[in-house]
Amino acid sequence: MKVRLLYFASLADRAGRSEETRETSARTPRDLYAEIAREHAFTFAPGRIRVAINGALSGWERALAEGDEIVFLPPVSGG
Amino acid sequence: MRRFHLSATPIDTAAQRIGLEDPSAGGCVTFEGWVRNHNDARAVTRLDYQAYGPLAEQEGEAILGEAVAKFALRSARCVHRTGSLAIGEMAVWVGVSADHRDAAFAACRWIIDEVKRRVPIWKNEHYADGESGWLHPDNTPVATLDWPAGGHG
Repeated sequence: MKVRLLYFASLADRAGRSEETRETSARTPRDLYAEIAREHAFTFAPGRIRVAINGALSGWERALAEGDEIVFLPPVSGG
Repeated sequence: MRRFHLSATPIDTAAQRIGLEDPSAGGCVTFEGWVRNHNDARAVTRLDYQAYGPLAEQEGEAILGEAVAKFALRSARCVHRTGSLAIGEMAVWVGVSADHRDAAFAACRWIIDEVKRRVPIWKNEHYADGESGWLHPDNTPVATLDWPAGGHG
């Protein structure tokens, strides 16, 4: 299954890119985060991250679908 | 009608204030967040704000909608900057109008706190010593990396 990932802030720095299209066997955001955290050496535990799928906040156990746009949101610092 | 905006250009507070006007309102309270030249005992030279636009606008709208209901406001508006900001520039503007001042003061405070807590916007601080770092919620930089980020490993 092919999904698109967007990266922001320190996660974009770590990944060395702001987006990628990825072929994955991950079924849920939880599995996908484990996969990319290993690859890009992300150090945030999932408990400090929020998930967005196709522009809306999502739970960690939602089933991923072909073509989903997924964002793992590190803790925010606006204001 | 959208009440929350991201802006890549300086915030037009006069235009925003018009959006607060209501014949039933007895007053308005506004908050301006400015870029300061220090944080956590380090000299700061500028800030870069990055946002996940679609979700930031959705969350911002949700916060303002919740505030109008919770504090019985006549109106609520918020604008947050993106991009590179110099010291002294306005990073965020919040404005609310209400029948009475108690609700207006409380709502304005509540909105800026919720925006800082929920809206997917991140600041990258650039320090006088040439380092920089993205801030995450405990207010410490997670990475100390050159900007713009390259393809480092």
